[in-house]
Parts: sequence; C-alpha cells; structure tokens
Amino acid sequence: MNILVCVSKTPDTTSKISFSGDGKEYNGDGVTFIMNPYDEWYALVKAIELVEQHGGNVTTITVGDASNDIIIRKALAIGANDAIRVDTKATDSNEAAFQIVEVAKQKNYDLILLGKETIDYNGSVLGSLVAAQMDLPYISYGTKLETSGNGVYTVTREIEGGEEVCEVAGPLVISAAKGMAEQRIPNMKGIMMSKSKPLVVVPPAAYDSKVSVVSFELPVQKKGVKMIDPENMDELVRLLHEEAKVI
Amino acid sequence: MSVLVFVENHNGKIKKSGFEAVYFGSLLAKNMGVSCHALTYGQNPDAGTLGKYGANEVYVASYNGDFDTQVYTAMVSEAAQKLGAKVVVLAHTANGKSFAGGVAVKLNAGIITGVNAVPVVDNGLIVQKSVFSGKAIAHYKITTDVAVMTLAGNSMQPVVTGSDVSPQDIALNLPAAKVKVVERKTSEGIVPLPEAELVVSAGRGLKGPENWSIIEELAKALQATTACSRPVADTGWRPHHEHVGQTGVAIKPNLYIAIGISGAIQHLAGVNNSKTIVVINKDPEAPFFKAADYGVVGDLFDIVPKLTKAVETFKAHQ
Repeated sequence: MNILVCVSKTPDTTSKISFSGDGKEYNGDGVTFIMNPYDEWYALVKAIELVEQHGGNVTTITVGDASNDIIIRKALAIGANDAIRVDTKATDSNEAAFQIVEVAKQKNYDLILLGKETIDYNGSVLGSLVAAQMDLPYISYGTKLETSGNGVYTVTREIEGGEEVCEVAGPLVISAAKGMAEQRIPNMKGIMMSKSKPLVVVPPAAYDSKVSVVSFELPVQKKGVKMIDPENMDELVRLLHEEAKVI
Repeated sequence: MSVLVFVENHNGKIKKSGFEAVYFGSLLAKNMGVSCHALTYGQNPDAGTLGKYGANEVYVASYNGDFDTQVYTAMVSEAAQKLGAKVVVLAHTANGKSFAGGVAVKLNAGIITGVNAVPVVDNGLIVQKSVFSGKAIAHYKITTDVAVMTLAGNSMQPVVTGSDVSPQDIALNLPAAKVKVVERKTSEGIVPLPEAELVVSAGRGLKGPENWSIIEELAKALQATTACSRPVADTGWRPHHEHVGQTGVAIKPNLYIAIGISGAIQHLAGVNNSKTIVVINKDPEAPFFKAADYGVVGDLFDIVPKLTKAVETFKAHQ
C-alpha cells in the first residue's frame, strides 16, 4: 500500500496567540510549533500500522517553508518512509489543498490520510478539497479503519450523535479523529534513521488565490468572573435567567 | 442570482442548524439584494417551513441513500449551477464540513468554514470565524465569483420572518454512491453535544462514576446535555463522545456548567466559545475561574444538589 499522509505544523496548544502590527499575519515569534496532533497521533500512526500489516510505503506531505522540516523529521522518526515538502506558505486551506493535489496526482496513492482538523485554523476542510479535486471518495472523522489489503476499507466515522460503519473501495481520502490509532513516541533508532530518510522539497505550482486575509483580532476579554455564595444557588439561577438570559 | 442554503434531512426532520443556516442565508441574500433558496432532499415533510426563516423558494432533490460526499457534492453544486447561486451556505455539522469543500471545488469557489456572523458585502464577501480554538477571530475575504461557507452552530438565533412556501422538486443528475453504510449507532432522545444549547459537564472532581447521578439530575432539571473532561472519558467513566476539549468535541452552547474541572488549556480549547460559563470547583485557584462568567467555590457534592433544587424551583414558577 502506498499511503500519503498530510502533515501540518501548528502552534503548541498552550502558546499565546498574537498577530503582526497590521493584524494581517500570525506572529510565530517565540512560539513552539508541533506537528498537528490529529495528523500525528491518528493519521500518521494509522498509516504506519497499515504498512506494517500489508507492506508498502508511507509518504508525508507538508505545504510550508523550511521551518516545517523539524516536524517532518519527527514524522520520519515515528516511522514514515519519506517526505515531500511544497515550498510555499499557503494562505488558506484552498491553496494548501491545491498544492497537495498537484503532488498527489503524480503518483497513484492507495490512500490519503489526514487529521480531522488543524488546531490553529480549525477549518476541517482540507480533506474534502483534496478528495474532490482528485475525484475520490472521502470519509471524514474516521475513528477506526480496517482493510484486509484488498483495496476495500471498513471505516467507522463519527456522525452527529453517533457513529456509522462504512465500506468503500479505494483509492480514497480519510480524515482521522481520536480512536483511529494511539500516539507513538519516536525511539532513538527512529530518530537516527530519520536523518537519512528522503525529504524532497518541491516548488509550488502557480495558484490563483481565492481567499485573502483581511485581519486577525483577539476576542474581547471576559469581564471577569462573578463569584456566587455556595449557600445561595437561587441567586445563580436568577443571574442565569435575568442577566445571562440563558435559561 | 441567489444565495443557496443546503438543509440536512434527519429522518424527515430539520434540525436547528438547518433553520439557522436558512435564516443566515436570508440575511446575507438581503445584503446582496438577491433571493434566498433552500435545498433539501428525500422525504422531508417540514421543507415548507424553511420559508418562515427566510427562504423565498424551497427545492427538494430526490435522494434517500447513505451519506456519500461525492453524491452530496453533486447534489448541491448542480443545484447551485441550475439556480444561479452566488453563495452556497451549509451548516458546520459533521456532514456539512465533510462535503462543503467538494462543492467549492466543483463551483471553483473560495470556501471558509465555521463562519459565525453575517458576511459584509464589499466587492467580495468578508467573513468572520473563530480560529486558534477560540483564542482569536479571523476576517477573510472570499474573492471568487461564487463563494461557499459553512455556518458555525449556535451563531445566531433563527427568527421567523416569513411564512411557509410550497416546496418544488428539482431534478438533478446524481452519481451512484460509493460509500456503503453497513451499521449505524445513534443515541436516541438526547440532544447531541454539538447541537446542545445547555451543557452540564463534570471532571475528576466527581471522584468516580458512581457519583455521576448528581450531574444527570442537574442536567435533567435544566434539560441539558451532559459532557465530561478528558480524564473522565479516558478512564471509562463516561463514553468518549461526551468528551469536550481539544481532542474531543468542540462546543458552543449558550450555557456551559463545569463541575469539578480544573480548566486545563486543552479543555478550554473545546468550550471557550460558550456564551456563558459557570464553574463549580473546590479550589479557588482553579484556572477555569479565569474563563468563567460565574463561579462557585466549594464542595460540589454539596453545591450541585442545591443548584438542581434551585433550578427545579425556578422551573416550577415559570
């Protein structure tokens, strides 16, 4: 099986968010970047598990500049065989998907896996853009994925208020949610090997932008918490009704 | 020209997210000076009621099969082309998010998902959404001739502005589904977390699953949905689909009551878009109080039953 895994870099969950002076760009100064957890823990590890079972190759793809190489090397250390980086900063998912498809269509991948969303822009849209551009079926929010290696996949997906078990023939695109696999910590051997695994940097294809950033801003801070006497829950209910107007 | 709103059909019922999307679409259509069309499918006896929330016309496609992104993509993009839609709106639900990108590809449109306010029309559409798990707000301009967007749940309260319309059939050329659903498990009768307006959630402070009944009693009094923090789901006290936070479900209810949850940043990432947050914790230094609107410091085993009682008294006098 040849599997392509989309891997993206995101600020660590605990980082403080700030923007450039004109509010048009995210300010990554002093921020620790990590591999997007959904890409790493679920999509990448599942791809490695499938290749361990059925043989094949796991390739990661990342759209971004050289600052992404650190997380790409981590993906190789965890167990990906090789990596591709499209050397451009994508403004948004529309562009990232376009660049991924330009690369993906050059080779017949059996499966394209990615995390259900990135924890920075929370778009949840990349998978459907990639699948549609390649005219492939797409299953999102996959929590379980099985195949006997015959090109047919059984996927459990989250739906509103429950789950569905689906059967679909590949090639296809699947987005991974919690449950798909268990996080793997790279070991020393993996880290050593990752240094000699191929990381191919390719130039971006020409792209006409569909969306531009107008500005970013920080939300208005909460007024501060109002403390309620634990003996007076009637007061809390009154405030929820009269002040917050939520009950 | 029009704004086309896609409305999901859940076994013959339209959910609140569908009405929200239509109301949102009608406000946008008004700003653009065009009409608002709604599209749904299958046996949908409530389709006509979409007129009340601002749809000028309601179209019904004949599809009753399983959810397959390629079929749904074809359904919405073909209808959009037939009806001359300039904007396609979908609800930001599990299904909506899964094929909105496909619609954008077919229509060569720019897409933004999770929009939470009516776009500004200014030589393109300027849309607003929450990013960085609620820690920032982004404004984007969609510059393509046709735009696709999904509307974040609970971003607006749908208002009745019109009256029922008669739904019309729309003939579309749909491909065969490639995804076959072999099994479906749903929890009946409970409002799923992403749709819930009121949520009561508990964490490790509850000490054990045997104490969960006090949470359920409060939820019952409020008619709220229950949720939990990650450790509670990981230790198996509660099912995983109730886990809210970074790796669980991200929610945006009107009221989130956090009981015995300290408020780790990963938990806040899933709930900080809630309109009102109440925190009950014995530790006055719990970080969650910083994100709360109302706080109560004390023993939850003492406070929660009192709160349940107060809610019941309030409801009885309504």
